[in-house]
Amino acid sequence: MRPKPGSANAMTMKRLRSVLLLPLLLLGGCNLVLLTPSGDVARQQSDIMIITTVIIALIIVPVMIAIAVVAWRYRASNKEAKYDPHWDHSPQLELWVWAGPLLVIIAVGAVSWIGTHQTDPYRALDRIGSGRPVPADVKPLEVEVVSLRWKWLFLYPQYGIATVNELAAPIDRPIRFKLTGDTMMDSFFIPALVGQVYTMPGMQTILHGVINEPGEYKGFSANYSGTGFTDMRFTFHGLSTPDFDAWVGKVRAAGGDLDFAAYDKLREPSRAAPVQYYAKYDANLYDRILNMCVRPGEICRSQMMAADAHGGGAMPGMHASDAMKPMVDAPKPVAPAAAAH
Amino acid sequence: MLETMPNRAAIWNFLFGRLTLDSLPFLANNAEGRILLVTLAVVVIIGAAILGAITKYRKWGYLWHEWLTSVDHKKLGIMYMILGTVMLLRGFSDAIMMRAQQAYAFGPQMGYLPPEHYDQIFSAHGAIMIFFVGMTYIVGLMNYIMPLQIGSRDVAFPYLNNLSFWFTFGGAILFMVSLFIGDFSMAGWLGYPPVSELQPGPGVDYYIWGLQLSGVGTLLTGINFVVTILKMRAPGMTLMKMPVFTWTSLATSGLIIATFPVLTATLFLLGLDRYVGTHFFTDGFGGNLMMYINLIWIWGHPEVYILILPLFGVFSEIVPTFSGKPLFAYSSMVYATIAIMILSYLVWLHHFFTMGSGADVNSFFSLTTMMIAIPTGVKIFNWLFTMYHGRVRYTVPMLWAMGFLFTFTIGGMTGVMLSVTPADFLLHNSLFLIAHFHNVIIGGVVFGAFAAVNFWFPKAFGFKLDEFWGKATFWFWLVGFWVAFGPLYVLGLMGVTRRLSHFDDPSLQPWFIVAAFGAFLIALGILTFIIQIYVSIRRRKEYAVGGDPWDGRTLEWSTSSPPPDYNYAFIPVVHHRDAWATMKNLGFARPQGGYNDIHMPKNTATGVIVGALSFACAFGLTWYIWWLAALSLLGVIIVSIVHSFDYHQHHHILAEEVGRFESGSNQAAAQGTNA
Repeated sequence: MRPKPGSANAMTMKRLRSVLLLPLLLLGGCNLVLLTPSGDVARQQSDIMIITTVIIALIIVPVMIAIAVVAWRYRASNKEAKYDPHWDHSPQLELWVWAGPLLVIIAVGAVSWIGTHQTDPYRALDRIGSGRPVPADVKPLEVEVVSLRWKWLFLYPQYGIATVNELAAPIDRPIRFKLTGDTMMDSFFIPALVGQVYTMPGMQTILHGVINEPGEYKGFSANYSGTGFTDMRFTFHGLSTPDFDAWVGKVRAAGGDLDFAAYDKLREPSRAAPVQYYAKYDANLYDRILNMCVRPGEICRSQMMAADAHGGGAMPGMHASDAMKPMVDAPKPVAPAAAAH
Repeated sequence: MLETMPNRAAIWNFLFGRLTLDSLPFLANNAEGRILLVTLAVVVIIGAAILGAITKYRKWGYLWHEWLTSVDHKKLGIMYMILGTVMLLRGFSDAIMMRAQQAYAFGPQMGYLPPEHYDQIFSAHGAIMIFFVGMTYIVGLMNYIMPLQIGSRDVAFPYLNNLSFWFTFGGAILFMVSLFIGDFSMAGWLGYPPVSELQPGPGVDYYIWGLQLSGVGTLLTGINFVVTILKMRAPGMTLMKMPVFTWTSLATSGLIIATFPVLTATLFLLGLDRYVGTHFFTDGFGGNLMMYINLIWIWGHPEVYILILPLFGVFSEIVPTFSGKPLFAYSSMVYATIAIMILSYLVWLHHFFTMGSGADVNSFFSLTTMMIAIPTGVKIFNWLFTMYHGRVRYTVPMLWAMGFLFTFTIGGMTGVMLSVTPADFLLHNSLFLIAHFHNVIIGGVVFGAFAAVNFWFPKAFGFKLDEFWGKATFWFWLVGFWVAFGPLYVLGLMGVTRRLSHFDDPSLQPWFIVAAFGAFLIALGILTFIIQIYVSIRRRKEYAVGGDPWDGRTLEWSTSSPPPDYNYAFIPVVHHRDAWATMKNLGFARPQGGYNDIHMPKNTATGVIVGALSFACAFGLTWYIWWLAALSLLGVIIVSIVHSFDYHQHHHILAEEVGRFESGSNQAAAQGTNA
């Protein structure tokens, strides 16, 4: 992502960023990925973090200096300083004491309110970088993410391929993740790409992001999910479009079919699972995982909820005519309990 | 009848539930087993030495009559502080083990702790530090100081106060027992499902029942303190004349009453899921894990304000005392405290912005969270202006207050950063977050507790704590804190998250080594604190002080050090804030006669017995020893009923006795301002 030279905002941010980074870089030249991300959404989130930090520092730094100055000046041994043992209030000062923090919080709150809506994970991207709107002909890359014990499954419905513990995306193309979990609650996080979102069994979350620079990035679960959690890591490849097509070809060439039986085996707990490629998978797999009915004989949550909505099949006599109907011609499963947006 | 005899396994099963010899990890023939065996041996030797010493010096009667069965708020306060310090040692051992593992386990080196063990350690560390160190310290401080500050002779329900302590103690012992019998929860300090639902064995059950016991104790304390503050203040002490520490105690106790029932209910539902197969927090039958996470944080966020508010009160007493001035803007301070108390209910969702709720919901909780920074900022300014135009004496308590002002302000700044939702999406669950909450909890609660101990110790024991070792403790903690958690801020910005037991990236290792060194400095801080106590006890004659060693401003400094059982021979009459400072200005002299009999509550063994039975019940429930659980629960009910028919729960301290105490050697102790 390169900000356009004319963009005043981008220039200011760049300056702010270098001012803030300077002391940290002096500390050891380490890779502060949260301050130097490679994806536009993470970059915006990082910018908001830096702007708010600077605003807060505007009050915190003077206050800390004031504490140090007052603490030194009014030390008991300094008889020069004025001592007024009865001075304990001042209406003007108290007004400022409340107004100062209030003004800062109004500023930070405004930034947070706008930023929260701008970088809402559910919001489809309208830009792939500062001043770079999404081209009209570009369709987002769809990825369905399932956190398993303790590995990541990625399904690419547009390509019909699936991978374990490896994710790839072409640069500058928006990505739309749909996420769920098999058993545990994890948090899907690629710091360089975009902020994290939980993956929860039986529920779906959505996340939008875009990667702007080619490279290999770290991805992992940021939420503790049991003994294998430490190894729950994957590599995220930001690739040029031809490289991405080649990568899809490589996954296809590896063969393998992730049918329901294979998935049932894959979901068994395992630690530090190797990368795996699948040339195809069952088209219903993600919906069946989300609705918790992968195994034969399990009733999908969507069917159960539809039945419940009509009085529940368990209560014969109550809306009897409606009760069983959805069970028979259940529509294709829909996301239950997903925070609709 | 022989053929109907149940077999051996069934008898064992009935008697001991699921407890078998395999449940004793220190018998395991591996590295962890041997570490635990050595730990157990040390605990047994130290325990035997203490018990032996008590027996040798014939102190059992003294211990029983003067301490264990005491309903005196001052003695209970001291017992809470001792319990908190013992638990600090345990919680800190966990911290050192974590820091060592993370400094060591890189690349091919897996470290000395497998995840099964490491996960128990971070869960125990968090739960112990919050429930049995933080909570125990603040309840201990409130117990000791608050009734003295309001000019009362005890709390409203002295027996309940004793019972609360023994519930807390039972919970603490249950946590300690889990170290040697069975295992502990691996579900983190808050026991999130599904991990807490799926972990087999007694670990999570230890966690549930330990917290249930201490939670009930805390709730009873909250009720007790609210009634005490509202009903038992000295005549003339209107609400707006109360010392600020009492105000913060009131706010904290109110928060306890409002939130601890939520914790109890949440853990009860989790227990039902684990014991009888309900599905409140699992995906079957309409349950939902996010319901647990919402409920636990509806308790959990107010909980951090429960912890910090009393310490804000402590600093609001220390800063004016050592600045030789009244607190700046008392009313602002009170309203700020109330604002924090109310706002703390409205922010819980900021602990899981990343669950995928919409932008409007997240914005709301982001703003409410930031709003807490306003009253907190007001407090910082008020302490600053209290020092302004003052004569600041840098005693040990004041040093802690200064350390707090600088450290806590930075923690507040990183807190506001985390409250900004887009930033939280990056920082959530990172080591930056870990650094932030240690910044406010160590910088606020722990520094405050040390400040309070140094400040009120002379009141409680009649001699000051050693200055040199006190200063050493302060500097080790202050420097140690920043060396330990500064690197964690940086690591968080490098995208490193929490609860990892092993790392692949070797470039992170130097930071973890520095952090481990910081933890070592903090260890020295704990050691020097113990030395400080020891040295001061040895030199107690030299360090002896009168009733008012610091030129104090509030009522507790008007009585002798240590105060008599009845606190005040005459209940003081209050006309102004900073009542004692005003009395001194007006040339107050202690009355020399005209004493009356004083009506006081009598000691009772019921608290110890109910506490012990509750512990047995919780242990039985943890191990499925149903007969034990049922019998001890029945015992709790019977003992409580019997106790309620005891109509002789009071006694009188006769006027002559009061007179004897108030004159003579005690009089000198009370009047001397400084030794």
